Amino acid sequence: MERTISFTLNGKPASVKVDEERMLLWVLRSDLGLTGAKFGCGEALCGACTVIVNKQAVRSCSTAVKDVAGKQVLTIEGLGQNGLHAIQQAFLKHHAFQCGYCTPGMILTAYALLLQTPKPSEEQITRHMEDNLCRCGAHVRIVEAIQEAAGAAKGGV
Amino acid sequence: MVVNRRGFLAIAGPGLFVFFGGERASAYQQEPGRIPARTAAAADFNAYLRIGADGRVTCFAGKVELGQGCGTLLSEILAEELDVAYEQVDVVLGDTDLCPYDMGTFGSMTTPHLGPPLRAAGAEARAVLLQMAAEQLGAPADRLRVKAGVVTDPASGKHVSYGQLVEGKRIERHMEKVAPKPVKSYTLVGHSPADRKDGQEKVTGNAKYAGDFIPPGLLHARLVRPPAHGATLKSVDTTAAEKLGARIVKEGDMVAVLHERPDLADRALGLVKAQFERPQPSVDDKSIFDHLLKTAPRPQPVGRPAGDVAEGEKQATAIVEETYLNSYVAHAPMETHTAMAVIEDGKATVWVSTQAPFMLKPQLAQAIGFAPEKVRIIAPYVGGGFGGKTAGPQAVEAARLAKVTGKPVQVMWNREEEFFFDTFRPAAVVKIRAGLNSAGKIVLWDGSLVGGGDREGRPFYDIPNQRTVSAGGWQGGNPPGMHPLDVGAWRAPSVNTNTFARESHMDVLAAKAGVDPLEFRLNHLTDARMRRVLETLARQFGWKPAKGPTGRGVGVACGMYSNAYSATMAEVTVDKSTGHVRVKRVVSALDVGMTLNPDGMRQQMEGSITMGLGYALTEEVRFKDGEVLDHNFDTYTIPRFSWLPKIETILVDNPENPPLGGGEPPIITIGAVLANAIYDAAGVRLLQLPMTPERILGALKKA
Repeated sequence: MERTISFTLNGKPASVKVDEERMLLWVLRSDLGLTGAKFGCGEALCGACTVIVNKQAVRSCSTAVKDVAGKQVLTIEGLGQNGLHAIQQAFLKHHAFQCGYCTPGMILTAYALLLQTPKPSEEQITRHMEDNLCRCGAHVRIVEAIQEAAGAAKGGV
Repeated sequence: MVVNRRGFLAIAGPGLFVFFGGERASAYQQEPGRIPARTAAAADFNAYLRIGADGRVTCFAGKVELGQGCGTLLSEILAEELDVAYEQVDVVLGDTDLCPYDMGTFGSMTTPHLGPPLRAAGAEARAVLLQMAAEQLGAPADRLRVKAGVVTDPASGKHVSYGQLVEGKRIERHMEKVAPKPVKSYTLVGHSPADRKDGQEKVTGNAKYAGDFIPPGLLHARLVRPPAHGATLKSVDTTAAEKLGARIVKEGDMVAVLHERPDLADRALGLVKAQFERPQPSVDDKSIFDHLLKTAPRPQPVGRPAGDVAEGEKQATAIVEETYLNSYVAHAPMETHTAMAVIEDGKATVWVSTQAPFMLKPQLAQAIGFAPEKVRIIAPYVGGGFGGKTAGPQAVEAARLAKVTGKPVQVMWNREEEFFFDTFRPAAVVKIRAGLNSAGKIVLWDGSLVGGGDREGRPFYDIPNQRTVSAGGWQGGNPPGMHPLDVGAWRAPSVNTNTFARESHMDVLAAKAGVDPLEFRLNHLTDARMRRVLETLARQFGWKPAKGPTGRGVGVACGMYSNAYSATMAEVTVDKSTGHVRVKRVVSALDVGMTLNPDGMRQQMEGSITMGLGYALTEEVRFKDGEVLDHNFDTYTIPRFSWLPKIETILVDNPENPPLGGGEPPIITIGAVLANAIYDAAGVRLLQLPMTPERILGALKKA
């Protein structure tokens, strides 16, 4: 059913008149022009489409737009809008990416982790990031970058 | 068609241009039709650089940024030779209108082909600018100093920038013999820049991939696909899809559903009723190996045979023969094949995730009936290639649909299409019969490679009587139906398969001889570079010589790829009740000659090790009667965070040797090193990749 869905997108009010069953990923990319969230698998198996909804990492390819009505949505475009976030800086410093296609999803998944657990252990990082896939094999550096960001964040992001 | 220099200048505007190719820019980078015309010096370049009035240095090359960091490498070389800041350098890649011809980004060739000429071109440009500065400042050129693109005369204190020197001018130079700086004086090359060139865009989500170009009026296309390779379309009913507001295109073999919203195109596709006739039952992932042996063409010799294998048979006091198997392996890049085509004023411009824009251009032109000069291919950031994006069929689909509809069209394959249309790493059967004499020396090696290709198939060990033959491979030219799925280059084509077989068999022979596997290899190696790589690796790893299996779970393997030397040691544990392997530590050593970007090289090594865990332990494509049974990452398992071993990388620097690429050499040993470590841990020899828990349990049961 087509209806107007309103939510907060990267800190600003947003409103779209769409079929409410459509997945958030495509509304972001195609209707709202935010292409930072990527299509990778379409079945919530890879994490390339990850965005933050009310401080939780969600898979936008499998989240209906109606489910974000009235909520706070943060995409990669919003994370660094006032200068690079500590996680982005750490990814940059550690070269924690190669092709970069999984990177927005990795950064936002890490962001959600540090919101919940500001000083995660390596094991907590691994467990939290487990379902985000990277084919280039940047994993080692991603873990290092998250550890560094957690240190830099000094108790909160 | 020769894209001539004038064409570039028209686009590139004023400034200082240096065109270069260099002695190593062989046929690899030459457009096929251009070779006979090479006497015309004007066309004889493969890349060029421009210094603009804003002082920025831009390098134009036909390579593609797949994540391997080529933009970073080319920038740091230019910054170094020109004495400009790394931040002042831009790189324009993969655009067939702006960049000179390049066959494609594969084979670890960017560094050896572009590294040395780029150094020389940078040196040439610097010399030209210094001469201009000398005239302007009224000082001898050899007295001048350059820093961050500003030339200063220390005597007078007067200075002028590169930008000021070229302002309002158009200067063209072909590379002459200006020597680059001595490597020892480098402060950036060999030391790694602070940031990757692509970093800022990639961490902010601003990096644009083929699917991120969304012009007004764009239509997203989804295509009706067969359920199995070899299936034929019998009938199609698109009525319900049309009711959803989708546009339908039927042209030849293509049936497409287009919509302004990609997900609504997808929904409409779901309403298309298509009837296919399936192919006859044929082969599956279990019967494939017999099938390959039955359908293989006549074997061809690989490299030079040595001695006489019949003599080797006579000399041998112990003979071991094994058959090693590889399944089909997917590339599975995180970005699926994507393209967006715009046709305007009779010219098609196509943004494509491809490793080879210049190979795609004539194919695409032909498919839509355009002259090649009316086609421009742009490869923006590509979300992983690994050999799987060498062709660009999705670009042809998008261009055909753009031509029919008169609108820009995007084709973004979904994950199931990606697994279905992938050009897999081929399944293969490698048989090796080898013999030892009473002194524990290999006196016989008789190898047969079927299905996977011949590269690095001949052992580099000192073996007096040997021959290797190969039948069929990854490059096409196979008998029809031999490979029931499309095959192609997969990161270090042929060489993962052949290294797995050779290095496994070396361990089998070492165990038979009762000799430590490292010592056994060194006993058969005179190549000083490979010896040095192995010895350096063993020191770092803390290798303790012992006859295997020791129960410690350690293994070694080495190999060559595109003249680079790669060796790896690993430590694993095997849970004998579940067959599960835990890789605890991997140490990899690499000699790629002079290392231009050490951190970039380490990224490639870490990536290779991590990706290698997949083909070694879990990855195989399941299929039956032309249907690919793996559709997504739920059944096709690629490496994850929890698999990570402790990874250590060693760059065995060899500055007097020319630089080589490192994106592929470190992955070739991973299958064998884990097979050898599993043998050392559990006493069972795994002869088939991937070494899944089921196969390990099976081997343990048989033991």
